[in-house]
Amino acid sequence: MAWASPRTVVWPGLFVLTWLLATFGRGWLEAAGLGWAMQYPDAWVIPLKDSISAAMKWLVEEASFGLFTFTEFTRGISWLIEQPYNLARALLAEGFVQGHGRRAVQIVPPVSWIAVTAGVVALGHYARDWLLATIVGAAFLYLAVFGQWESAMVTLASVLIAVPIGVAGGLLLGITAYRHRSFERLLKPVLDLMQTIPIFAYLVPILFMFGFGPVSALVATVIYAMPPMVRITTMALHAVDPEIRDFGVMSGCTRRQMTWRVLVPSARASLMVGVNQVIMLSLNMVIIASMIGAGGLGFDVLSALRRLNIGGGFEAGIAIVILAVAIDRLSQAFAARATTFTPPPKGDTWIKRHPRSVIVLAILLASYAVGLFLPAVQTYPDTATLTTGRFWDNGVKYLNINFYDQFEAVKLFFLQGFLLPVKRFFLGIPWPWAIAMVTAIGWTFGGWKLALMNLLMAGFIAATGMWEKAMITVYLCGTSVVIASIIGIPLGILAAVNERAGRIIGVLIDTLQTLPSFVYLIPVVMLFRIGDFTAMLAIVLYALVPAVRYAAHGVRSVSPELIEAGVISGCTRRQLLTRIRLPLALPEILLGLNQTIMLALSMLVITALVGTRDLGQEVYIALTKADTGRGLVAGFAIAFIAIIADRVITASARSARIRYGLESANG
Amino acid sequence: MRHILKGALTGVVMSAFASTVSFAEVESQDPIKITLHDWSGQLINAHIMGAVLEEAGYNVDYVQADYIAQFAGLKTGDLDLAVEIWATTGQEALNEAVATGKVENLGESGMQAIEEWWYPLYMKERCPGLPNWEALKSDECAAAFSTPETAPKGRYVSGPVTWGGFDEERVEALELPFEVVHAGTDAALFAELESAYQRKAPIMLWIYTPHWAPAKYEGEFVEFPAYTPECYSDPAWGVNPDKAYDCGKPRGPIWKAGWAGIKDKWPGAYKIIKAYTLNNDEMSAMVGDVDLQGKSVDDVVNAWMDANESRWQGWIAQ
Repeated sequence: MAWASPRTVVWPGLFVLTWLLATFGRGWLEAAGLGWAMQYPDAWVIPLKDSISAAMKWLVEEASFGLFTFTEFTRGISWLIEQPYNLARALLAEGFVQGHGRRAVQIVPPVSWIAVTAGVVALGHYARDWLLATIVGAAFLYLAVFGQWESAMVTLASVLIAVPIGVAGGLLLGITAYRHRSFERLLKPVLDLMQTIPIFAYLVPILFMFGFGPVSALVATVIYAMPPMVRITTMALHAVDPEIRDFGVMSGCTRRQMTWRVLVPSARASLMVGVNQVIMLSLNMVIIASMIGAGGLGFDVLSALRRLNIGGGFEAGIAIVILAVAIDRLSQAFAARATTFTPPPKGDTWIKRHPRSVIVLAILLASYAVGLFLPAVQTYPDTATLTTGRFWDNGVKYLNINFYDQFEAVKLFFLQGFLLPVKRFFLGIPWPWAIAMVTAIGWTFGGWKLALMNLLMAGFIAATGMWEKAMITVYLCGTSVVIASIIGIPLGILAAVNERAGRIIGVLIDTLQTLPSFVYLIPVVMLFRIGDFTAMLAIVLYALVPAVRYAAHGVRSVSPELIEAGVISGCTRRQLLTRIRLPLALPEILLGLNQTIMLALSMLVITALVGTRDLGQEVYIALTKADTGRGLVAGFAIAFIAIIADRVITASARSARIRYGLESANG
Repeated sequence: MRHILKGALTGVVMSAFASTVSFAEVESQDPIKITLHDWSGQLINAHIMGAVLEEAGYNVDYVQADYIAQFAGLKTGDLDLAVEIWATTGQEALNEAVATGKVENLGESGMQAIEEWWYPLYMKERCPGLPNWEALKSDECAAAFSTPETAPKGRYVSGPVTWGGFDEERVEALELPFEVVHAGTDAALFAELESAYQRKAPIMLWIYTPHWAPAKYEGEFVEFPAYTPECYSDPAWGVNPDKAYDCGKPRGPIWKAGWAGIKDKWPGAYKIIKAYTLNNDEMSAMVGDVDLQGKSVDDVVNAWMDANESRWQGWIAQ
């Protein structure tokens, strides 16, 4: 922050003052009779959570639109979503059955594993080539061979429903936000809330509204997975080359044509990043969704780990990753195919024009017929499945027995050298001072509006009695985000400049993002015990992904002409990176930092499962007590921390860009 | 397309067939929705309950639901029956739900939950006075249970904060040189145990039963002064005259709970559910079969149904 001369004096001065207060403040304040400044007095807490619980009760039990009640309305939506979902689930996993429970009789079996695999192979070939067909075919074969087939199909069915809803909703909201500035301004905080309020916080109200079962899980998944799509849509549309837009105007496009024929197709590459995020985040939700009735692979992970069957949990987790990779690659290929010209199929009959559909249909019917006599064709036989479970169990055991002391040493080093001092610092700051500082930071970077917003949000956290938990949250997330950025941004840059490294890193971050954190949380507990370090490791692993992804995307999307111009004017490789690529990728990298913070905060509720004492734990406790108000208040506190961080980063990035002349002050 | 058409046709034929083969007369053919959670004992219990109800002619559906979040569904009748609500972990949620009048406590399941401080047997050599709790007061014992973060105090891993348990208060009242660390879930709790057990490292933690852990790991519960309600409410009671909680944890029943409408919609099923009981020993054995021997839940349930026919016939016949 060395770009303004008064700041170079004021901010370090304030920081030293804050540090002094954090270290010695307690003694001074207590001596001066101002002990209330250290610990927010209980008597001042506003009982907001009780009001929220009461409002929720009213909404579910009494609210009415006249013709029908609120609950009937939400149950109607629930019914609408349930129909396609039940169809997908019956087709892929359970077959069409008659009756209930163990008396159920299967009338039509689900589509056989052979037919599904043939179907995705055909899709892969249709979308791109034989290579893709082989990859997705192998992925589905893996699911069958490793005994994950049925659960994987249940998960696939819910993804097939959740992703289109998330993508379509996100696209429409994003386009509306692009067209209307005021809507964008209104939408932004809502998106932040959707992404940062932990899903556990609104799980209870969703269950009240949408009933028990898979639909609630789907609704929760969509709420969680949609925001990146909206953000990326708006950003991508803004980033469309003005010349393309002018061209559209010149050729007389209507508004609708402009959107769907010009802007959306031009932004397709960036939009696909959004689709990718929706898929990945949906699959990320499968564990939490399985807690409220989605079943599938998420449930397998959960129940395996409750039995400490690490291998079983890992296999189901890897199956989620494989499924994610297969769906993602297919969707990417479809998008790429749509932007290039493909000659229409030749042939005079439908059969000749659609050879793949015919083959798949033939396999479907044949496998059904043969399956009646030979069950192995219908359902992959249990006896032919493989398992690597033992390997993972023994691997963790080996590490635990032989390297525990080394792990312990690393952990103590981090705890004492980094985590504990930061924790003491944040917990030591008197809350009125901290609110003043947050407000001052807002004032400096964003003027009175940001200052006011920061004041209100930080004030809300104190006034609802969440201050201490919020500070633990800030400390835990702050340290994790710092570490995730230190590791993630260089990895992203490496991935962008070196293609081979990029491919390996791509696989790594796809795995990290879709592998349910619960899978590695339990082995990490075994190696590092319960505590802040374990929580931090889990948060870093999860929050690393956007840091890498956005840095790579930013560096990659620097226009080749600019690079060429650099090469011509004699830049070295290093200069190309530091003078051209990085500065131009800065907005993307900052967006990545933003997302890193968001994901770190959304991970809190998972780390609550290993016993942290922060807002995430508060939300988790509220869930286990089915206390709507308590969960939402803690959820809002988390969201406000995220929003403050986001706005300050955005504003500071903007003032930096203005200083570097990349943006005009009134733009 | 032909595939689906054929399916639909078969469906019509099958349903006609199904309605002619009538089972015992029951009040409603609507399925009774039983919740499933994520631990084996509950899965076994739910499926035995389901099997008995099916023998009586009722239709049963199983629905995956979170242990506490399920109360939202039980209140509205989205869900009908929960077979295991532990007095030790779910009492508060159950009481709250029953108070609304929409959920009914359907009585004890016959199983008793035990939960207490527990240690692996190899720790007995390092702290010879165990299982008597007074052994824990010595500095040697505390040191034997310590880790670098807690030394010289011992480390005790308690359950998730939501389980309650008053361990901080217990440590204070009994003047034990221990530090209480909370696990966030029982998976984390047992991960700590597994890790320590592999290394024969010190560990003292909260274990509950019926559960597979006491069968898999050799160890014992610490013997605290037995719980009485006065111990928690009256400071004067017990070894510490100034503080409450100077005793062990309460042991409590595992309840059955359900939607309050069961009684009117399926009166016969309601009687069966009320009569239904299992005991700790048979449940522990079945959990061991599933989690340690790797048998499937269905096989274990079928074996129980075969072995206990007179028992469940009795519940149905009453």
